[in-house]
Amino acid sequence: MQIDEEVAKLLQLKAQLGGDDGKHQFVLKTAKGTRDYNPKQMAIREKVFNTIIGCFKRHGAETIDTPVFELKETLTGKYGEDSKLIYDLKDQGGELLSLRYDLTVPFARYLAMNKITNIKRYHIAKVYRRDNPAMTRGRYREFYQCDFDIAGQYDAMIPDAECLKIVHEILSELDLGDFRIKVNDRRILDGMFAVCGVPDDKFRTICSTVDKLDKLPWEEVKKEMVNEKGLSEEAADQIGEYVSMQGGMDLAERLLQDQKMSQSKQACAGLSDIKLLFSYLQLFQVTDKASAEKVRTTEVQVMVASAQKNLLEEKLKLITELWNAGIKAEVMYKKNPKLLSQLQHCEESGIPLVAILGEQELKDGVVKLRVVATREEVQLIHNTHTVSLLAHGRMT
Amino acid sequence: TGTRDYNPKQMAIREKVFNTIIGCFKRHGAETIDTPVFELKETLTGKYGEDSKLIYDLKDQGGELLSLRYDLTVPFARYLAMNKITNIKRYHIAKVYRRDNPAMTRGRYREFYQCDFDIAGQYDAMIPDAECLKIVHEILSELDLGDFRIKVNDRRILDGMFAVCGVPDDKFRTICSTVDKLDKLPWEEVKKEMVNEKGLSEEAADQIGEYVSMQGGMDLAERLLQDQKMSQSKQACAGLSDIKLLFSYLQLFQVTDKVVFDLSLARGLDYYTGIIYEAVLTQAGVAPVTTDAQNGAPSEESVSVGSVAGGGRYDGLVGMFDPKGRKVPCVGVSIGIERVFSIMEQKAEASAEKVRTTEVQVMVASAQKNLLEEKLKLITELWNAGIKAEVMYKKNPKLLSQLQHCEESGIPLVAILGEQELKDGVVKLRVVATREEVQLIHNTHTVSLRRFKCGCNEKSRGG
Repeated sequence: MQIDEEVAKLLQLKAQLGGDDGKHQFVLKTAKGTRDYNPKQMAIREKVFNTIIGCFKRHGAETIDTPVFELKETLTGKYGEDSKLIYDLKDQGGELLSLRYDLTVPFARYLAMNKITNIKRYHIAKVYRRDNPAMTRGRYREFYQCDFDIAGQYDAMIPDAECLKIVHEILSELDLGDFRIKVNDRRILDGMFAVCGVPDDKFRTICSTVDKLDKLPWEEVKKEMVNEKGLSEEAADQIGEYVSMQGGMDLAERLLQDQKMSQSKQACAGLSDIKLLFSYLQLFQVTDKASAEKVRTTEVQVMVASAQKNLLEEKLKLITELWNAGIKAEVMYKKNPKLLSQLQHCEESGIPLVAILGEQELKDGVVKLRVVATREEVQLIHNTHTVSLLAHGRMT
Repeated sequence: TGTRDYNPKQMAIREKVFNTIIGCFKRHGAETIDTPVFELKETLTGKYGEDSKLIYDLKDQGGELLSLRYDLTVPFARYLAMNKITNIKRYHIAKVYRRDNPAMTRGRYREFYQCDFDIAGQYDAMIPDAECLKIVHEILSELDLGDFRIKVNDRRILDGMFAVCGVPDDKFRTICSTVDKLDKLPWEEVKKEMVNEKGLSEEAADQIGEYVSMQGGMDLAERLLQDQKMSQSKQACAGLSDIKLLFSYLQLFQVTDKVVFDLSLARGLDYYTGIIYEAVLTQAGVAPVTTDAQNGAPSEESVSVGSVAGGGRYDGLVGMFDPKGRKVPCVGVSIGIERVFSIMEQKAEASAEKVRTTEVQVMVASAQKNLLEEKLKLITELWNAGIKAEVMYKKNPKLLSQLQHCEESGIPLVAILGEQELKDGVVKLRVVATREEVQLIHNTHTVSLRRFKCGCNEKSRGG
């Protein structure tokens, strides 16, 4: 222990000393389970966020932000077994802190702290979990969560329906392909377990076995219920009949008439609410259920280029006019770049237009505007009117 | 302590500020990256000098030793070296973490935003440097924070000046940090520190005093190149020539009105190698906020009260990370975004205008009972047309409550459904502020019209 300490001190001193050899022993990597986002990934991310946030805003949501760490005690006791996956900060003499594990507990803390009873909010931020890489390969330890919540006392099922409407809108707009939104109700599940003869104290554990149906076939799930969780085979079979059911409002109606299910008050309450939900979903038109564009990392619209030497001053003047008009423009940081290099840069960055200055054009008071993809060219009279035209007209 | 939530009002202000700033970065062709909130402890070790004790470490839980990032510059250098990138123009807006002692720096947050823009790569002199200043000028103008000045100097001029004034080489850095205090202390006190505490001769201090009182533009650079003493330093001459070149580009960029070549600008950070600059608001105006503005620079730098941005050229930093010591020259700027937030928040408070926290354009309301179904149908049409709309989560809300909600949230329009209107196939659209009403025939054409009207309203909000 002491040796480790001393070695650490020496290493730190070594790092601080640096040295004139110019070489330094730094391990160039990010922490395990984390990654940088490069410009391409950021461009995609921005598009996705814009779609999602646009939807949240369309539904009148506000947003909040909370610190990346919370008091350790705030997070303690909220995550059950997963608590061991929480990142703690070192005790450096102040409060004990931990990195947030999700956005829901911070949300609850925010509501309580500010005595808020009603809010419709979204929160997009990173959360932190010390997943064991051996068990969950490929899982990140730092990753985004995107939460939308409606808090408050309201008439039944309207906010619930709006949440589903939002999910439907987002998944449709993101163009990820076909999707389904599965809906159920805790009261229906519990009611179902009750009428099937599951003892009260086994509800939660049977529930987590049923949850495995999305990954395992019924045979195996039944086996777990009977062999591991001690359920009678009869009860398991009855559950098996119910959990194979899917449908819409009609299924809810049928189950309300079901001799067994209707014995549970809890299940009936859940089923009535499912019916109400589906009536709203019908009004929301959601009861039913991308091109390989080159991903650009910048949004530059016009490259300001030169065909001959000694035109930097003219290029800088022109680009200033473009920037002042709000046009996204770039120029090479070179006094005398070759035209070919400038055109190549346009191709690589996906810049659609290039304004080429040349000696003759300057004498004539015109600017050549070329569409990079097609090479069509127009000559524009270089004046402020033209710049405005560029800003409003062709910039799509 | 040291951290805070952002409530919806603050988020709305924050979003506006980010949009302006990011819009400017994009207009200049910058890409963006993101890095993890924590780095390997060894990545951050040895980079921040005395401030290293302010770094948040993560507990040793059996894995790698980690620390929360202290700024965005070191992660940037790590990213460049790791990906062997030699050229990039990037912005990065993210939170950083510093365990400031609250007793010493009241009002300072321990978690705060930094907003960095950097151009890395070997280029012809001063063009990227000039573009950084153009960007600062654009951002500060668009944010409408009042009048500002951008002070410019150069490390080589400072060092050259010290040399010709007789400052011993080994005292350069420490004299530099004393000069840096000129933005807070009068010359008398600064001189006293130089002579009494740092052991400088009074003669040398006086000579420095003459120079650091100088401000100007290209003309000052020209004069100093002719200055008998200053011209003896090759280093200073190189810096002065570059200042002249810079100003010539700034003229073309039309920003010389706010830029001043100021010999008293020192900026404490060791890693600057060339041009340095700092933007200050000239109006004492707003009430005292965090006086030590969290400009996103390690606290070695002293930052004056009105400072909102700072940066410079740092050619040696990336080389520190590269295993072969390959140099990647960089120039960049950090916008003091927390300072900007404070100012905007105070402005919002002072002005009569309410800050909206949602962007809802139309409230869908009902004048009688049992109209929920019709409202939900109508709102779905509005959402499908991309209009931002809300409805109360109540089967039979009172019209007054619905109208009150519009007033509180700042929703400009309310579509009121009523039994008679439904029979007639129309919808009443009311402007909340003025109470004027129009009757619209309820069909898809009307929804498009509504969208157009909303578009017009949105534009006039300055969007």
